[in-house]
Amino acid sequence: MLLRHTPEEVKERSSLTINPAKTCQPVGAMYAALGVNRCLPHSHGSQGCCAYHRSALTRHYKEPIMATTSSFTEGASVFGGQANVLEAVTNIFNLYDPDIIAVHTTCLSEVIGDDLTQILNKAKTDGKIPEGKLVIHANTPSFKGSHITGYSSMVASFIQNFAEPTETKKMQINLLPSFVEPSDMSEIKHIAELMDVKYVMLPDTSDVVNGPMDGKFHMYPKGGTPLEGIKSMGASTKTIAMGRVGTLAAAKLLDTKLKVPYEMLDLPIGVGATDAFIEALRKAAGASVPAELMVERGKYIDVMLDMNQYTSGKKVSLVGDPDLMLGLAAFCKENDMQVLHVVSGTKPGSKFEKRIKEICGDDVIVKTGPQADMFYFHQLLQNDKPDLIFGNTYCKYIARDMDIPLIRVGFPIYDRIGHSYFPVTGYRGGLHLLDQVLDTIMDRQDRDALPEKFELVM
Amino acid sequence: MIEILESRKNQVYENGKDTYELACDKASAAGSVSQRACVFCGSRVVLYPITDALHLIHGPIGCAAYTWDIRGSMSSGPELHRMSFSTDLNEQEVIYGGEKKLYAALTELIDRYQPKAAFVYSTCIVGLIGDDVEAVCKRVQKEKGIPVLPVHSEGFKGTKKDGYQAACEALFKLTGKDDRTPVSKISINILGDFNLAGETWVIKEYYRRMGIEVVSCITGDGRIDEIGRAHRASLNVVQCSGSMTYLAKMMEEKYNIPFIRVSYFGIEDMSSALYDVADFFKDPQVDEDTRKLVYDEVSNLLPELAEYRKKLTGKKAAIYVGGSFKAFSLVKALRHMGMETVVVGSQTGNPDDYEYLKSITTEGTILCDDTNPLELSKFILEKGADLLVGGVKERPIAFKMGIAFCDHNHERKIGLAGFVGMKNFAEEVYRSVTSPVWNYSPARLKLRKVTKAEPEKQVVGLGGV
Repeated sequence: MLLRHTPEEVKERSSLTINPAKTCQPVGAMYAALGVNRCLPHSHGSQGCCAYHRSALTRHYKEPIMATTSSFTEGASVFGGQANVLEAVTNIFNLYDPDIIAVHTTCLSEVIGDDLTQILNKAKTDGKIPEGKLVIHANTPSFKGSHITGYSSMVASFIQNFAEPTETKKMQINLLPSFVEPSDMSEIKHIAELMDVKYVMLPDTSDVVNGPMDGKFHMYPKGGTPLEGIKSMGASTKTIAMGRVGTLAAAKLLDTKLKVPYEMLDLPIGVGATDAFIEALRKAAGASVPAELMVERGKYIDVMLDMNQYTSGKKVSLVGDPDLMLGLAAFCKENDMQVLHVVSGTKPGSKFEKRIKEICGDDVIVKTGPQADMFYFHQLLQNDKPDLIFGNTYCKYIARDMDIPLIRVGFPIYDRIGHSYFPVTGYRGGLHLLDQVLDTIMDRQDRDALPEKFELVM
Repeated sequence: MIEILESRKNQVYENGKDTYELACDKASAAGSVSQRACVFCGSRVVLYPITDALHLIHGPIGCAAYTWDIRGSMSSGPELHRMSFSTDLNEQEVIYGGEKKLYAALTELIDRYQPKAAFVYSTCIVGLIGDDVEAVCKRVQKEKGIPVLPVHSEGFKGTKKDGYQAACEALFKLTGKDDRTPVSKISINILGDFNLAGETWVIKEYYRRMGIEVVSCITGDGRIDEIGRAHRASLNVVQCSGSMTYLAKMMEEKYNIPFIRVSYFGIEDMSSALYDVADFFKDPQVDEDTRKLVYDEVSNLLPELAEYRKKLTGKKAAIYVGGSFKAFSLVKALRHMGMETVVVGSQTGNPDDYEYLKSITTEGTILCDDTNPLELSKFILEKGADLLVGGVKERPIAFKMGIAFCDHNHERKIGLAGFVGMKNFAEEVYRSVTSPVWNYSPARLKLRKVTKAEPEKQVVGLGGV
């Protein structure tokens, strides 16, 4: 059986990642770029990179994922990829006609030292970029960071290239969500809209990677942050950033370059973090909180209370991306669950562990970085078995091996579809996540109950 | 006419209309949404099903992350191949070299898992930063006493095909090791079946019933020891010739083992595969057993297929797959189900392959090499296909357009090889083409309105809106 390959005894490793709890930067950059309207992500590297990222995102979203590649050959790796970019730009605008091409680099193009700023300038001066069309880039070598930092760099690049400085501010708030699902992006917008707040959210993958079936293949689905919106982000009065690792770079740029101050929040997962988001929105936009939102909150809290006896005291282990981990940890604590482990392949910076401990207490084991992989996570679980695992699809091996139920949340999820449509953010997302947790716990209780303890009313 | 990149114009060909030679075997145009992958991908898919070997990917994390257990190659024993091992190179190592890390990772893994052999895959940057992977492998091989094989699979060094070749070179080094275990005169190696959804097992069972010993499967449900005695089989039976002909040729040259190409998809190709293998041995018992097997299987299958054929006759299919050999079989299998192929293409076909495709398809069929979603969707619309047969990246495109889909790639969950596979294929196509969900598809609703208004007008294709 797979993953019986994991021994209980934890040994220090320094040279090896086994069953990674992260992936490389470019896929995050590709995802972020898909969240801009009529933007085509372009992978500057070998063909395989682009194929793998598209496959990974297709498996996760069950949607067509469009991106182009520089198709590096041996020649390009010797003489540089400039010719490939110039040819690609021409081909892409001729055939696919996007408004924006968002280039991200790969390990290969970074190691050979392609200077994208210079190359794209040349494309411009050579007249390869048609009037009104735009090409930008982000540096996302695979030997640094993870898919989350790749996402972050791409979002920052949109700000860097498009957001315009203005003399006069307008009553508008910038919203920067970390790497979350299209359903979560919708939920964040839903809250802002209920509060009647004028906002620009970057990126916005809702209605891009969870679009409807309408009998046509759309190269550019209708969703995504409009270019005009990004341009106007410099005129906003405030930025609300949700998830430090995925959004800090963009938030800082908006602050330093365009004088839009930011407030850094956690992702609005759970009551507390959602309250904080709404409070920040309220203050920033001078908005009031509508009754409808309070009803959503009330319903979620009602269910939390109704079902508290089932979640209370449950031990849980979390693995995934740092911003998501903070949100999930808070969600679990609010439902009186005990967080045993938090593992992330992404190195999140020093504040992360402190924040997790603030939320979960000092006993929680936190590990991040290259050796914080699924193998290590499995070892932790063998030494202290939780009642529930929160993590991506790859946790299913561990879940099966140890007979622990799994709540699928994070990236990638290849074997379920709910993440695209049902959020974990906001009060409604909290309710949905709690519903999943309760279904899982109670199914397990039913499965394991002795006949005399198998009850209709649980 | 369909808009196609200038540099790709001669990679698309309309049967019966165009006269030029279809161009293929060339690098994708920069900037196209190619469905192709890289050298590493080619090596990885070929070697991956060897279950008792260690597969260590030397490079940054992505290449290991994206190939972690995504291909459903089943094992009847060890599961080591389904783990993901990476040296996860970081910036420091990109500057100072990754050899030390590779050595440490390799020795640690070999000590921990005691594999029968180890493959070390070089990814794009390994060649550039100057790591001597060969030397590290040699050293570890000596120290640990198992074959440690470098796979030269730097992504940019060509296409997926070059990756197959790199994999074959590594595999070849594993042959010729075992001269003691008895091997029958009537014996073969199965090359180029990867045991997706247990397909190798189906094929192996046919050969068992024919009285033929299968010495090794390269690489479905593969074992290092079996490959070690593969050189003593009498015949190499090569499916997926794109990936494995190279190995067969090397084995022919060194060990004098002849090879034949076969396909296990569809009734005709499956039957001729078994007959061709039987013919080789010129053994009356094998001949008789083979005839009986084919007779039994086909007589069971035909009545079942007839039902599907009734429902599917007149529907049109588009095919876009990796290897062209598979495309041949699919065209024939679909015809058996009453379906004509109106678009067919592959990622890695060669000129001969496309000539053959021309000969088995009808006038008006579009042939395309290394196509992309925009082209593909336009061909599908223009030709009014009802079904697309393809892989993971094509599936959602088909569904968005409102046409049926069948996965004939990594992600097939039901075996499509063998006689039973033909039935499975027909059933899968039937289920997708006749799904009740299509009744609610906007494409069909529109179509229905059109046909109501003009009842005499012949409706062609579901996507033809």
